[in-house]
Amino acid sequence: MFGSTLLLALREIRRHILRSILTTLGIIIGVAAVVTMVTLGNGVTASVQEEISSLGASNFIIFPVRTTRGTIRPFDEADVRAVEQQIAGVDLAAGSVGAPTTAFYNGQDWDTRVEGGTNDLLEAQSITIAEGRPFSADEEQAGKNVCLLGLKVRDAIFPSATSPIGANMRLGDIPCQVIGVMEERGQGGGGADDDDVVFMPLKTVQRRFRGNDNLDYFVVKYDAAYAAAAIQDSLVDLLRERRLLQGDEPNDFNVIDTAQINQALGAATGALTAMVAVIASISLLVGGIGIMNIMLVSVTERTREIGIRLAIGALAREVRLQFLTEAVVLCALGGLVGIALGFGASIGLAALIDVPFVFDPMINIVSFLFAAGMGIVFGYYPASRASKLDPIDALRHE
Amino acid sequence: MTGEPLIQLEGITKTFGNGAAAFQALKGIDLTIDRGEFVAIMGPSGSGKSTTMNILGCLDVPTGGVFRFRGVEVQKLDRDQRSLLRRRYLGFVFQGFNLLARTTALENVELPLLYRGESKAQRRESALRALDQVGLVPWASHSPAELSGGQQQRVAIARALVTQPDVLLADEPTGNLDSERSVEIMLLLQRLNSEGITVLMVTHEEEMASYAKTIVRFRDGLVETIERDARVLAPEGGAV
Repeated sequence: MFGSTLLLALREIRRHILRSILTTLGIIIGVAAVVTMVTLGNGVTASVQEEISSLGASNFIIFPVRTTRGTIRPFDEADVRAVEQQIAGVDLAAGSVGAPTTAFYNGQDWDTRVEGGTNDLLEAQSITIAEGRPFSADEEQAGKNVCLLGLKVRDAIFPSATSPIGANMRLGDIPCQVIGVMEERGQGGGGADDDDVVFMPLKTVQRRFRGNDNLDYFVVKYDAAYAAAAIQDSLVDLLRERRLLQGDEPNDFNVIDTAQINQALGAATGALTAMVAVIASISLLVGGIGIMNIMLVSVTERTREIGIRLAIGALAREVRLQFLTEAVVLCALGGLVGIALGFGASIGLAALIDVPFVFDPMINIVSFLFAAGMGIVFGYYPASRASKLDPIDALRHE
Repeated sequence: MTGEPLIQLEGITKTFGNGAAAFQALKGIDLTIDRGEFVAIMGPSGSGKSTTMNILGCLDVPTGGVFRFRGVEVQKLDRDQRSLLRRRYLGFVFQGFNLLARTTALENVELPLLYRGESKAQRRESALRALDQVGLVPWASHSPAELSGGQQQRVAIARALVTQPDVLLADEPTGNLDSERSVEIMLLLQRLNSEGITVLMVTHEEEMASYAKTIVRFRDGLVETIERDARVLAPEGGAV
């Protein structure tokens, strides 16, 4: 019985194929929009999270800012050590300093950036070594001329078949030996490419590229079990004290909590998702009303048929089931088409806006079920109307 | 069940509308129909014959009186119970054929079996048997638009027969047919009746009524006369 009802529904839909397509357009567009937006949203979230994890999961980033007097007072290694040793909950603190440079090897050159840091900085920023080894303690302390290559630099100046480990290259006019290659990191914060960088020990960069002991910024990795706000407070207090800031003087440095960035981005993504949900709901509602309208037309058109069915002994609920099935099948097919369209659109758009395509089976299943549910909601009234027809009147209907 | 008449109408009344606009279509019908009967119901327009037919077909309920079908008081049944009664015991043939368009003859005949929950194979077998009874097996895969009026009515009769009902109700079955096709249909109904089906037919043509065993004449919502053994035209082959 159900099989034949389903078959009948499919046949009715095929009989009015253009009408069926136009009717389900609202559902198709609604579902495609939801699937596309949620999939792209997942992609954006994934790429943002990747970016954030490149900053480190629960980190503070501290950098000096220009004061009202127009000066910048940089931090140095002593500040970093003080933070690491005096504040409870701080796992490690590591400074960083950078400079633009050009990498040369075997006649190839590549404009890039050199960044000075310790193994701790690599750890805090979740940078891993793909090939080779990290700095040794001796290399860090002595400020040796060794370097870790970002993937982009490695690809730019080294032939792809050979390992660059052990090679002697040049950064500007400073020679250095390659000891490792870093794992791919992708787009960094502020739009910089995190793979277009060469890492050297902090002291090497300070001494050879910058000529002072200043830091651009430093990273504080804290224990997630501690309250971030409390750590941040002690951090600010300590730094103010060290920088001899008076009670009413504003901070001449900034503290960024990556966890907060994470939350803020999550909230933004959430708001976007909510907006999409509202738009999609409106589209689906309009689609549903279209379904209801066409089902009412269908019931009127097929009044005689309903009369025949009732006369030969169909129960009211069987007639209702027939029309309800038709509405649900119509909506479900619309849902499937919408999912397919959404799938294609999200692959295309993901490539276009350069975010990963993250397939989420849940949203596809939920959209499909929702579309089918629309069939029940908006098909019920027409179906119920069909089932309540008087067989005598229905048979007389022209 | 034997000895009890198949259909019993006692003081059946039917009123349409309310108050001043009320119209009493049936004013107290008493009629008993036994198994194996072939009854022609006649009468001018507005005499109540169609209303009676609708009540007999369990499509409508009387306003007053008692309608017993196989001993069951139909006026007490609800809509779905009457549907089940139709499904199980009644077959309908209409003046306008009422076949489903763009659906093959075979599928049209299978339709009542769908509501009995029979398997596809069972449905096919029964439908082909019914089509065979009306001589239309070669036309099984044709849609109504591809069939003549007489053929369409025979498909409709096959659809009414496919459930092997107790009663075949035919409402002006020859109304849309020329006289030659009409005679074919009447002979078919006669043959089916001789095979055991009770046939109730509404007609306004004396010639068609003469194929029946009993003629009931209506006038102004009442039974005017009942002519038993009215048959003047014997079935082909002279059965019965």
